[in-house]
Amino acid sequence: MTRTTVRARFALLGAIAIALSACSSSASPGASSGTGAAKVEIFSWWTAGGEATGLNKLIDQFNSKNPQWQVVNQAVAGGAGSNAKAVLKTRVLDNKPPDLFQSHMGHELTDTWLQYIEPLDDLYAKNSWNDKFPKGVMDIISDGGHIWAVPVNIHRANVLWYNKKVFSANGIKPPTTWDEFRTVADKLRGKGIIPLALGGKDNFEAGQVLETILIGTLGADKYKGLWTGTTNWAGADVTKALTTFKTVLGYVNPDHSALTWDQANDLVISGKAAMTIMGDWVDGYNASKNFTDYGWALAPGNKDIYDALSDVFALPKGAKNADAAKSFLTLLGSPEGQDIFNPNKGSVPARLDAGKPAADQKQYDDYLKSAQADWKADTIVPSLEHGAAAKPSWATAYNQAVTLFMTSGNVAAAQTALVKACKDAGICK
Amino acid sequence: MTADAVRSEVLRPRSLSRARRPTVRASRFVLYAALLVMAAFYLTPVYVLLVTGLKGFDEVSLERMWDFPQGLSLTGFADAFDKLAPNLANSFRLVIPATLISAAIGSLNGYILAKWRFRGSEVLFPLILFGMFIPYQAILIPLLQVTRGLGVAGSIEGLILVHVVYGIPITTLIFRNYYAAIPNELIEAARVDGADFVRIYRDVLLPLSISGFVVVLIWQFTSIWNDFLFAVTLTEQSNWPVTVALNNLAGSFSVEWNVQMAGALLAALPTLLVFVFLGRYFVRGLLAGSLKG
Amino acid sequence: MLIAPSILAVGVFVYGLIGWTAFVSTTNWNDLLPDYSSAGLANFASIFDNPRFQIDLRNTTVFTVCFVAAALVLGLVLANLIDRRIRAEGFFRSVFLFPMAISFIVTGVVWKWLLTPSSGFNSLFHLDPTTNRWFTDETVIHLGSDSPVGRWLGDIGLGFLTSTNFGVPVAMLSIVLAAVWQMSGFVMALYLAGLRAIPDELREAARVDGATELRVFRHVVLPLLTPVTISAVIILGHISLKIYDLTVAMSPIGPGFGTDVPANFMWTTAFNDNQFARGAAVAVVMLVLIAIVIVPYLIWTGRREIER
Repeated sequence: MTRTTVRARFALLGAIAIALSACSSSASPGASSGTGAAKVEIFSWWTAGGEATGLNKLIDQFNSKNPQWQVVNQAVAGGAGSNAKAVLKTRVLDNKPPDLFQSHMGHELTDTWLQYIEPLDDLYAKNSWNDKFPKGVMDIISDGGHIWAVPVNIHRANVLWYNKKVFSANGIKPPTTWDEFRTVADKLRGKGIIPLALGGKDNFEAGQVLETILIGTLGADKYKGLWTGTTNWAGADVTKALTTFKTVLGYVNPDHSALTWDQANDLVISGKAAMTIMGDWVDGYNASKNFTDYGWALAPGNKDIYDALSDVFALPKGAKNADAAKSFLTLLGSPEGQDIFNPNKGSVPARLDAGKPAADQKQYDDYLKSAQADWKADTIVPSLEHGAAAKPSWATAYNQAVTLFMTSGNVAAAQTALVKACKDAGICK
Repeated sequence: MTADAVRSEVLRPRSLSRARRPTVRASRFVLYAALLVMAAFYLTPVYVLLVTGLKGFDEVSLERMWDFPQGLSLTGFADAFDKLAPNLANSFRLVIPATLISAAIGSLNGYILAKWRFRGSEVLFPLILFGMFIPYQAILIPLLQVTRGLGVAGSIEGLILVHVVYGIPITTLIFRNYYAAIPNELIEAARVDGADFVRIYRDVLLPLSISGFVVVLIWQFTSIWNDFLFAVTLTEQSNWPVTVALNNLAGSFSVEWNVQMAGALLAALPTLLVFVFLGRYFVRGLLAGSLKG
Repeated sequence: MLIAPSILAVGVFVYGLIGWTAFVSTTNWNDLLPDYSSAGLANFASIFDNPRFQIDLRNTTVFTVCFVAAALVLGLVLANLIDRRIRAEGFFRSVFLFPMAISFIVTGVVWKWLLTPSSGFNSLFHLDPTTNRWFTDETVIHLGSDSPVGRWLGDIGLGFLTSTNFGVPVAMLSIVLAAVWQMSGFVMALYLAGLRAIPDELREAARVDGATELRVFRHVVLPLLTPVTISAVIILGHISLKIYDLTVAMSPIGPGFGTDVPANFMWTTAFNDNQFARGAAVAVVMLVLIAIVIVPYLIWTGRREIER
């Protein structure tokens, strides 16, 4: 081969590479302006969209008021936080924790992290926060008599979203019981419309539907008991919930295992499907798709129950800038901080006295206003799929039972697997 | 006959020596039809990447994935470039030295293992080779501890080190096979002329290794550029290469597919260019003995 | 010796860390807090007892066999198409080879779109999405226990072979398609190199002896390509046993775990569920599987080396 052509090609590639890196480094924002401020690392999985906007606004505000510190959002995206959790764990096991990290309210935090994080009792006392969050939330973020995290927001998992045009064209109303659901769904299917759009790619979507069926069948107290060992997983009402779930699965799109929740929701937007049961991040997604013709109701049987999940921040032991971290937590827990973040994220503030953003900030939309009213009035139950109700390995076992059930349709086998999952988690005897 | 001569001999496209029969024309037609169908199959995903990247977010959906964008929206590419630019630079800072170093090490190891046999070298070679087969998830946590112990955790240097180390098996393999094809007589002759270890390498083997280097450089460039796992666990945010940043274009609950696809194209551009420009040398290099086991 | 640093590095980073993983797999570290007390083989018992892991072992076997076979065949076909003095050879070669430059993550995302039943190829070719379900198809092709063969197997005590754990999950074949798209060009390049290294005289001699083109290929060309095939099998085989990025981007779980793979199970077990010892046990099983393929190859090359 002629060596000159090889060399010429290498030279050309090299030139392209240099040009690319040159123009890319000039395009990089002058992030570290060399002020000598101590870098404070916040570890999250908020990298894009409204959630990143909200967090960055908080960070900007904090940094401008505290020039001695420079907070940076060290975020890792992907798989609803699964990459971030893995990276975080390797860092903590390696004794190199960030200054603050994101987690989900509940067992995902308390069953995993207690040996590695600082209790925040003092911070709560100093800011007199103990009565500012609902009791249901204080219970979930406390363990062993200590408070472990600051909740930033609340999402609701048990919402039924529907296409208003499809509903009015077929003269139907959102179902309030699972029997009504069947009637409505049969009617829709007769018209060639997918009654319920379902995702499944990320392995939480179907489990979340079963979660709302369990809530609807057992009621708030017995549902909560499932996760504390006081409700029997082998009971007849769980059997009934699984049977209902099986019926519901008969009304979903056949390609559910391929779709992410947002692609399932696209079916509702296009009118190919009528409804979807999903968390209230659907609200913000619809807005970003310029889709306004949607309505919301609670999942059948879920009246007056708020199936909640929350993003919280916790302070690792050995954080390099603990003072700065605490100061940032103070902002996160304040009404001001919560009202900057939440309208952007598309969630409601965890604090009961928040909800009035400053005039120059983004405002809450109609759905969020209604959710906020419910948040103050409804019974709060923890969501399994988003870390609140049980530890991660239990959620995995539950999801495994759901995944196998969806192809086998075997109620008895699924129930046996769910009973075993509770035992393996050390909650059931 | 030197190795280069062997190579130029076999590189010559085969002459179609059969007498032309009447069926030739028809079979040529079938041949090109088959090639074009296959080419369409291989290019379809690129079409999807491109049209999705050129759409606005509200226009993106699975149902309209084949449609041309209504009006070119460059926001996807602009957004992606804005966000990925610093990381593209990081990737180059990572990939160029890591590729060069691992090629150099592989060449040296290959030389020693092929031409300077020593006691146990035939046992050593398979033991080194085994390293390319381990699933990397299995060793992440202790790996982090080792890089910490060496004081390079979080930095691009640390990532370079890791890629160089885990690149040793494949680069050694390619070069060893490559050098094994070079006749020992050539080495012997040099030795008789009084050349030592270094001079044989520099004056005899190195000039003959260009296509070996091309294969190794392309292989390492591509795999290091595309690595996600090591990058996301071993580097700090300011040092992230482009794969991690690309992943971060996604939100926790939804993905802006237009930005994602545009970003994927941008991130793939350097490796694509390498293949388009150097692909033929890659094929030639493979031909020249490497990777043939 | 100049090779010493490499040996040291491989010793520490490969064998040291494998040893560490093997050690962890026998401990009780099934919480975030490390616990190095001995658990014996309990973690292995636990994962082999898990239906998901049984399915994963089936999936990875099916994937490896189908992917390696399909990539080899397609690569060989492409190489033969190209090796016919065609016009624009460089263009076609680049088109077939470039997917290799793309990361598995991107490949997975694009192919997920292409094969989503409600869209992609189905809508392009007007295929019925209810019958062409691609990677959402939960069907597992397996021997029925009441089929003649199934009954015979039952009679001789091998009835377990009729369970779905010994079947072929249809969903996995879509992943195979994407992986073949990515890697067949590389196989083509290998074979093309091999084909061009075969002197024309050999083929001519066979033709003069009256052999048909097919016989020439079968009896002259193919045997000479054997070393290329072996290298390709090894490279493809270890990629497929380790496959992770592609399935995660395309379909991490699949219908009834139809596209789940051990690497994904390992990642979830260790990094999501904090069961590090069980995750390490999965990794050890993966290593053993890979070793079953690789070690004979390494021994074989070693022997050949000594004979040389």
